[in-house]
Formats: sequence, C-alpha cells, structure tokens
Amino acid sequence: MIGIVSYGTYIPKFRIKVEEIARIWNEDANAIKQNLGVFEKAVPDVDEDTATMAVEAGREAISRVRIRPEKIGAVFVGSESHPYAVKPTATIVGEALGIGNYYFSADLEFACKAATAGIQICYAMVKAGMIEYGLSIGSDVAQARPGDALEYTAGAGAVAILVGKDPIAEIEATVSYTSDTPDFWRRDLQPYPSHGGRFTGSPAYFRHIVSAAKKLMEDFGYSAKDFDFAVFHQPNAKFPQRVASMLGFNEEKIADGMLVKVVGNTYSASSLLGLCGILDKAMPDQRILLVSFGSGAGSDAFAIRVTEKILDYPRNRRVWDKVKNCVYIDYALYLKHRRMIK
Amino acid sequence: MVPRIWRRIRYRYNVIASYCESCGSYYYPQREICPKCRRRGIVKEVEINDEGTVLSYTVVNGRKIALIEFKNGTRMLAEVCGDIEIGSRVKKAFRRYGEDGEAGIIYYGTKFVPII
Repeated sequence: MIGIVSYGTYIPKFRIKVEEIARIWNEDANAIKQNLGVFEKAVPDVDEDTATMAVEAGREAISRVRIRPEKIGAVFVGSESHPYAVKPTATIVGEALGIGNYYFSADLEFACKAATAGIQICYAMVKAGMIEYGLSIGSDVAQARPGDALEYTAGAGAVAILVGKDPIAEIEATVSYTSDTPDFWRRDLQPYPSHGGRFTGSPAYFRHIVSAAKKLMEDFGYSAKDFDFAVFHQPNAKFPQRVASMLGFNEEKIADGMLVKVVGNTYSASSLLGLCGILDKAMPDQRILLVSFGSGAGSDAFAIRVTEKILDYPRNRRVWDKVKNCVYIDYALYLKHRRMIK
Repeated sequence: MVPRIWRRIRYRYNVIASYCESCGSYYYPQREICPKCRRRGIVKEVEINDEGTVLSYTVVNGRKIALIEFKNGTRMLAEVCGDIEIGSRVKKAFRRYGEDGEAGIIYYGTKFVPII
C-alpha cells in the first residue's frame, strides 16, 4: 500500500484584504468578493520566497513522522516562482532538510499542478522500489501584475507531501489529462504572467478537471458517492464550487478544503493545501477525490483513501488554525513584501 | 563570494553548534577547539532544534538582532522576524539572508520567529 505518509503546510502570516487592493485601483471590492469568493490573500514576509516556504513545509512533514531525513530518496519542488531560473530549489530544500546527498531531485514546473505531478513521480518510484520515501513539495509566491485581476487572488504558501509505504492515506488510483491549451502563461524573462481572461474557464479549468475526474471514476469504478470529500484546484472560490456541482459533489464535501477564501490562490500549493485541510479532520476509510489543474494545461486526479494510521498521526496545528493567526498589511507594505519596491 | 557562502551553508541552514565532551560547553558559531580545554577538549558537532529564549536584542538598520539562549546553554546572535521582548520564546525559521545583486546568488539561512 503506497500513499501519503506525512504532510506539512506553511502559510506566511501576512494578509492583504480585497478591499485594500480594490482601494488602489478604484474598483468595487464587494463586487470582486462576490465574483471570486475570495476575501483576502496570504503575503510572504520580505525575506520569504518559494524556497524558504518549501523548507518550512518540508520540515513539518518530516517532524510529524519518525523517519530519518536520509531515508528520503527523492525531492521534487513544483513551482512557477522558483527563485532561480537555473539552480534547482530542490537542492536548497534537500540541504536544509538534511536529506544528505544521495537523492533524486528536480524542480518541476506545470503551472499550478507541478506538485501533484511530483506526487505521481514519487508514487511510481516507491512502487518501482527505487526509493523508500519521496517528498513532493508545492510552493509558490504567486506573481500578478499590479492592477491585473490576478492581483486579488495570487497568494503564497507551501505544502509538502511525503510519499511512501504504510501510509496515513493510500493513493488508490491516479489519472492525468493533458492538452495544449494556452489559457495562462509567462514568457521567458517576463516578470508577470499573462492569461486568456474568460478563456481560462471552460476550455481550460473545467474541461481538464472534469475529464481527469471522469476518467478516474470510469477506469477504477468510482462514482461521486464513493467520495466523502473532494478538493479541486482553487484559482478562486467560484471555480471549484462550480466544478464540484458539475461532478455531483455538494458544498459540504468541498468545504473543508476551501482555503482559497482566506489565503488566495497558492498556485502549486493550492489543491494540496485543500487536501491537507481535509486530511486534518478525515477519519479511517473515508475517501477523498483530489484533482489539481495546471494551466497550459493539465489535471491530475487522485482517489485517496484514509487509513487507520491517521489515528496515531499528529495533525496539530491544523491548517484552518494556522490561517487564523495573521497580520493585515496595506498596499504599500504589500509592495515592499513582494520586493516590488526596495 | 560564492565559496565563502557555500562553506557556511551547513551551519546556516540549521543551527549546528559545537559541543565539548570534556567540559560540556556549547558554542555557536562552531569551533574547532574548545577555548576552555584547549588541546584536551574533544569537540563534536551538535544540531539544536529547541525553542530559544531572547536574552537581549537590538535593532540595526530596521532588523532585530537578538541574543538567543537554548536549553543546553548555547547562545547565538540571530535575526528575529516579528515582535519580541526580552524573555520572548522563539523558534527557528528558514529565511533569505540576502542576495549578491540581481544576477548573483541568493543566501539563505536560519532566522527566528516568535512562538505564538
């Protein structure tokens, strides 16, 4: 049985409210909140970035289980905001976590789904007997051009998933759906991404998530009622709510994973942060549907069954408790924290 | 610049102190020789993951630099991110130290944050 052996999360303590961003651009905050379902977003400290948050999430994942870091045979960091264009974030993370030197490693990039791709790679490597444990981390300081609609949601956070045998949550099945769909991109040397506006919806987000989820259910004989919880990528709160109803899930089944309302879209960490919110309360034999989405575009769908081992697993501090301790900042400090002014 | 930073990575990413088996003293930054025992000292590396206590602090160029003491008596100077006072409990955090210009390498290391 292979699956999630441990997980760790990191959300920076600073927040900016939608009202504060709307004030700068003279927009209607209430209309934005209603359209997006997002109220505030997480902002990193001046000295935090994708690598530092990945280390913090990784440290929590390792500290929750009695596994020596040297037993981890692979480290993958998925992000679209790696601090270097050339020099892997995973090397910094592996060093800080004390994993040693004999481990497989690479940085992954597939917009918001790079870390679920990392989980699939770790799963395959554990299954093939190449490694005992693999660590996949999704970490992002999401970029948004000032004044762009993305600015209201582009958040920051990291999630580390340790994959191995004898898990707290078994990965029963996984399926991916990939196509060449240019809904969101960032060209080389450009500081901010561009997107296709409404085009990011039907042909991109909804088509990929629905296709991956349906294929998973068809191939492995599940239906929506076999899942106690569901979590989908969260670019805003409305998209996952809509895709949930398209696939036959009610609001209750996705509620525990809807972190986007208070931390924004944490990109590579987004759907995994929701998964951790669910794992924080899930009980043995409950089943979770996880479907990520990465622009460009692709979706990874997972059927995850919680095992008895979760009862002995230390789950505090829970993700929803972590988000409560926050400090609100204004737009000027936000620019400083994002290193847009120095 | 790069080799100097690279040599310190191990000691900056985690709090790796020196411990003298002869007299039981701890030192940070790490030492090759125990200043009390001199040649008789047997110095080993030891990683510290405990919470620390702020003994004192000062503000330099907007950064809070604190003298932090751990349970085993090790004391270290480090930057603290967040509001502290003397006696505050802190834990380690992985943060950016700085960068060698826009095209240069980025330095990372251990800072501390108050425990909430």
